[in-house]
Formats: sequence, structure tokens, C-alpha cells
Amino acid sequence: MVIAADPLLLGPVGLEIVLIVLFKVVVAFVLLMVSVMLMVWFERKLISDMQNRIGPDVAGPWGILQTLADGIKLFFKEDLIPENADRPVFKLAPYLSLVPAFLVFAIVPVGGDFRTGDGTVGLFGHRTFLQVADPPMGILLFLALSSVAVYGVMLAGWSSGSKYPLLGSVRASAQMISYEAALGLAIATVFLTGGSLSTHEIVSSQSGWNWNVVTTGVVPFLVFLVAGTAELNRPPFDLVEAEQELVGGFHTEYSSIRFALFFLAEFMNVITMSAIAVTLFLGGPDGPILVEQVAWVWPTLWFSLKVLAFLFTFVWLRATLPRIRYDQLMDLGWKVLIPLALGWFLLLATLNVGRDRGWSPLVVVFASVAVLWAGAAMLGGAVRKARAERLALEFESDEVLDAGNGA
Amino acid sequence: MGYFRGFAVTFRKLWEKRVTIPYPEQKRDKPERLHGRHVLNRYEDGMEKCIGCELCAAVCPADCIYVRGADNPPDDPVSPGERFGFVFEINYLRCIHCDLCVEACPTEAITESKLFEFSFTNRPDAIYTKDELLVDGETGRPQQLPWEDWREGEDADTSGWMRATSSSGSAAYAGRVAWSGELGYGIRAPERGQSGGGADEDGADEDGADEDGADEDGADEVGDA
Repeated sequence: MVIAADPLLLGPVGLEIVLIVLFKVVVAFVLLMVSVMLMVWFERKLISDMQNRIGPDVAGPWGILQTLADGIKLFFKEDLIPENADRPVFKLAPYLSLVPAFLVFAIVPVGGDFRTGDGTVGLFGHRTFLQVADPPMGILLFLALSSVAVYGVMLAGWSSGSKYPLLGSVRASAQMISYEAALGLAIATVFLTGGSLSTHEIVSSQSGWNWNVVTTGVVPFLVFLVAGTAELNRPPFDLVEAEQELVGGFHTEYSSIRFALFFLAEFMNVITMSAIAVTLFLGGPDGPILVEQVAWVWPTLWFSLKVLAFLFTFVWLRATLPRIRYDQLMDLGWKVLIPLALGWFLLLATLNVGRDRGWSPLVVVFASVAVLWAGAAMLGGAVRKARAERLALEFESDEVLDAGNGA
Repeated sequence: MGYFRGFAVTFRKLWEKRVTIPYPEQKRDKPERLHGRHVLNRYEDGMEKCIGCELCAAVCPADCIYVRGADNPPDDPVSPGERFGFVFEINYLRCIHCDLCVEACPTEAITESKLFEFSFTNRPDAIYTKDELLVDGETGRPQQLPWEDWREGEDADTSGWMRATSSSGSAAYAGRVAWSGELGYGIRAPERGQSGGGADEDGADEDGADEDGADEDGADEVGDA
């Protein structure tokens, strides 16, 4: 009840308030479904443009109904379950993937004027947020649900009873768990500056150009972007479904509507990740109100434009970058992003403490940078030493091998 | 900075003109000498060029041509020579459109049109008989069968490839036409580069002329036929 309730609804709950919540749920659901449909089309069209192709252009004007056509086709296809599959788990997995993708969108404020007002809008005579729910632990829900989504991928591969999906899902879970750490640390810097976990509070603290991308220093934003791309299993981090190596990755054995659910979840995650990034770092619906007569339009419009910019970037990344190697992926996650995000988090924390205690900012910055530099140097030293030892070991074993061949 | 140049490349491509043509709706212009469905030609007086020599069947790598020659009836000759193609069949389920038959033909009887978009719903349709392959007796144009998708210009200039590979393409034949006339067209003019520029190449390519001696005999026979 607490999770689902809008803080503004904490009084006596009447029928119309329940109806408003239901209305918001339906609108959010429809909005997300339609935007996923358009996203699939957008991605295919954009990537074809970037690859000098034409892309889908038969179904509807500019092929805009292509997703619908594909969905209908998939729906009528035969639904196969492999002989060796663990049937209940196999059937459950797509939903474990899809439902979190849906739920995350519930905490995203998609509009509301945070500059002059408190972010509420009038809806049938009641004031309410333009988000389905505003739980107090807010963004932690996002982290929790993206962890649940790992189960979808993991169990799909596991229950297929086939080797390629298993390899794909092992990769996926390793990758998603690794990058979730960096993702969480990047988000933690937002808690630190915003002072709240609730998405509504985070957005209001950023109103009036006071965006977190600047106030946290650009680094957490970049870490979030990279870790988010990895979390979404999108290129250049799409080792999960590396076609050349794994056939189709964790969903190789899935067909028909079950496959469509994975596909849907994947694209829905792209949209929700973009929306979360906008909420956390780019001020959510924050932006100038240009025409007073239609003031209520602008926050939603700015939000949509910001999300669209992210979606474009994700497609752009896919069109440009080749898939990275698995060890590079792990190196980037554990040896670069996590230390970077952690260091930055500590730096921001120290600055905050220094400000509270009235320490000289110059000294604080200098001392922090010195400590961080020392930490980075030690980490670098450790990495170098480990690599040297590994190389020495390989060299040694080569010599043994050569000696063996000689004899 | 090397990373970001890649992003610039993909971004630039967004605005570039597409070279793809959505095929069934739009079609590109076909090359003049495209190898398509065969036609059997006639002389200007309507006589068939085929003499039933079976050279095309012999050279065919896909073994798709079946020819039986027969003696011309003296009172009503089909072709100008002694014999004519009595049976002439091409199996388009086997034909690879290599045009070796066109090059082998001593009388320029078999050439190719530019039609390649034809499909069949049964095997007998895929085997073209002489009646179907022969050009129309009045206009000299290929017949258009119900299952063929003819487009503008595909039935014109069916002997382009044959003339391009004809001996007249060599310098020794500069200024001389070595191919026979066709019903509806007469004797076709040489293509660019086949004879027009012959005057200034006379000296330079004289050596090449001897090598083409064998071809010369062949060309004369064509002229006699």
C-alpha cells in the first residue's frame, strides 16, 4: 500500500482517487507500450539510415507499423518448448524479464511543473504527481528491479536445456551483476547531492537548471551511461546475444510470443533506462516554459525530448561501436568504472562533509585528490603486477611446452 | 580522439543519399547487353536464321538446349540454307544465361533479350519451344508470354551481345559490318568503338588482324548464309 500510494493520497482514500491511480496506471502502460513500438521502429529506421540502407518501409507510412506487423506475426507462430527444457521456469522467465521493465517506469515523473509549482498537476479536481508511484525508497526500486531482471535472463538460459543459451545467460548475469555495482555507485552520488531517494524529490532538487549532471560533476553521469548501456546488454556490450558466438544468446530456444516478450522487455528497458537517466541527471521534466498558455505541455515535452536524445545515443552507439571482448568488458567494469565511481563518490562525500564542518574547500579538494591519486596509483600498481606475473607464468609454460616439443 | 571519428562517420551517413532501390516497385535500367530470355531471330524477309546445326546445344554447359535439324522442304523453305531447326527447346530450369550458345551460333539465330523476370508454375511452361522462342513474324519482336513480366525496352536490341562479341569488334574489321540483318530492324549499325573510330587505329592494330584470321572465315560464312 505504501509503495503504491501517492504521498498526496495519504488521507481518506475515496473511489475517485482509486480511479485516478488506475487511470494513471493505464496511461503509463499504454504510453510505454506505444513508445516501445515506436522505439523498435525508430531503432531500425535510424540504424538503417546510419548504414546507408532504407530500413522498414512497407507497413504503414515510413514503415511505422512494422513493430505491430512483427508482433502479430510472432503471435501466430508456433510456440516451441525444447525437450530438455525446465518447463515451468522456461515459461516464467520472459515475465521475469518483462514485468520489472514495466514497473521501473512507474517511478519516473514524466511531467509536472517543478519550477514554479511542486510538480503536481490537477487531474479531475485532485492534485497529483505525473508518475504512477512515488515510493520513499524511489530509485532503489529501480536497482532492485534491474536485479530481478537478471533472473529473467539467467533462468531463461538455464531452463532452455541447451548450451548456447546457457553460455549467453552466464555471460549476461556476470555482466549485469558487475555493472550494477558501477551503476549503483553512480546513482549514489545523486543521493548524496539530492539528499533523497524519492524520484520526485530528486527531480525537484534539480529544478531551474540545477541539474545533477553538473552538480555531481560529469563523471557519475558518464559512468551511468556506460554502465547503463552494459546493463541493457546493448552494443557495444551485447555479448549476451553475440550472434557470431552464441546463436541468439539466452533467448535462442524461445520462439513465438515468448520471444516477443524478451524483445519487448529489451526495448522497454532501453526506454526506462533513458527515462531514469533523465530523471537522475538531466532534471527530469525540468526546462523553460516558453509559451505560458500551454504551460502544462512544456515539462512533458522537455522530458520526452531528453529521453529521445538518449534513445538516439543508444542507437548511435550500436551503429558505431563494434562489440568488445569479454575480458575487456570485465576489465572496464571492475578495474575502471567501479573504482572511478567509488572514488568520485568519496570525493563528493568529502566535499559535503567539508562544507558542513566549514573546512577550507581548497584544502579538502587538495587532500581528496591526493588520496584518490594514491589509491589509483596503488590499484594501477596492483593491476600491473598481476599482469606481469600472469605473463611470466604464460611465458614459463610456453618454455616448458617448447622444451617438451624439442624432446 | 580516434573513437569519436567513428561517431562522425555514422552521423554523416544519416544524411547521405540512399543507393538502394526498392526492387519490385522500382526497377533500375537494365544494361544494354543483359543476358536474359533467348529469342530465335528471323532474317529481314521473315526466314528463320536457325539452320539446326546443334552447335548451341553442344556448347551449352548446362545442357539445357535441345535441337533437332531437318531438311528444308524445297517448295516452302523455313530457313535460307539446306536445313532448319525442326525442334528447338530451351529448358529455363537449367539455363544459366551464360550466352555461350549466342557466341557459338554461326547464323546469329539465337540471341538474348533483356527479360529475366519470368517464373513458372509448372515444368512444361519452363521448357520453351521453338514457337515460343521465335520472334514475331511481323514485327521481329520477341513474343510476350503470359507469365513473363516485360518492361519497356527489354525486347529491343536483342542482338547486342552477339554483335559486341562479333569479329567486327576487332580492328581488322573496322568499318565493316559482319552481321546479318534482322526482321524489323534491318542490318544494325555498329556500336560505338566497333567501327566508327577505325580510321585512326589502322596502323596500330595491324598485327592483331592476323590473329583474327580464323574469325574472318567464320564471318564470311555468315555473310554468305
